[in-house]
Amino acid sequence: MATEAKVDPMHQFTIEKIAELNIAGYDVSFTNSAMWMLITTVVLTLFVAGGLRRQLVPGRWQMMVETFTGFIDDMLEANIGKAGRKYVPYVFSLFMFILFANLLGLLPLGMVGLHPFTFTSHFTITGVLALMSFSIVLIVGFWKHGFKFFSLFVPHGTPILMAPFIFLIELFSFMIRPFSLALRLFVAMMAGHVLLKVLSGFVINGSNAGLGFAALVGVPSFALMIGISALEILVAGIQAYVFALLTSLYINDAENLH
Amino acid sequence: MDMEAAKLIGAGLAAIGAGMAAIGVGNVFGSFLESALRNPGAADSQQGRLFIGFAAAELLGLLAFVVAMILIFVA
Repeated sequence: MATEAKVDPMHQFTIEKIAELNIAGYDVSFTNSAMWMLITTVVLTLFVAGGLRRQLVPGRWQMMVETFTGFIDDMLEANIGKAGRKYVPYVFSLFMFILFANLLGLLPLGMVGLHPFTFTSHFTITGVLALMSFSIVLIVGFWKHGFKFFSLFVPHGTPILMAPFIFLIELFSFMIRPFSLALRLFVAMMAGHVLLKVLSGFVINGSNAGLGFAALVGVPSFALMIGISALEILVAGIQAYVFALLTSLYINDAENLH
Repeated sequence: MDMEAAKLIGAGLAAIGAGMAAIGVGNVFGSFLESALRNPGAADSQQGRLFIGFAAAELLGLLAFVVAMILIFVA
């Protein structure tokens, strides 16, 4: 056999510099990650701007945008209550940004030579998003309740004897929130993309190895890839929803204690 | 044992965690459907809790995946 085709499933996550840029010794180059963030922002802005016509009888586009805003509005109303209205802009932006990033990263643009980069599959980016949510919880919590915010860590009716242990456990589960929030999104996106690339490796190497392997390995893998791609679209939506949902739950803790 | 072999065996063992998380996620959605079919009227209001349960169960499976990836590519 000639040189075996090697499919590296991790190559898709490499960050490439598009324009070199150094400011005060720090490398702030414009990368493919930054480019796809910019593309996501532009697409998202166009999508929302198209629905801002404020007609009494909404057209299709306005209906589409209003479905999303209504969805986030209902979610915040259900989880936080009346006070949740003021977080609609933040949670809506967060949800739509993650959703569009996940979906744009799945586009089969590789067919025309442009490789989409799913920046939500990087821990730095999801980590910053999670830290933003966590900071809002901390700021709102301490702003509204002062040091009473610490009563969050001792639920009502805790026996005095148990209070120190419960406090430690609750504090730990509180502090680990931004980590788990970021990790969930990043790993879910990365796992899906690695899986697709591994399966495409099966298709390519199986088809190159002869007719028998092509029929036994290549074709079933290809069918599986189509199914997994559909599943990935579902996961992209669910992960964006879960991120927004957990953010609203954490904000609820800060708004209402418990 | 060879270090490289031990890493790959560890990564393979981590896949058990992914399978266990599959049981957990299936359990979440299965129980939800079971009770949603008994009382469809209350099902929509519990969708938020469904996804919280799903997220918690899924996270542990993803952690297993991270352990496998770290063993293969980083360690």
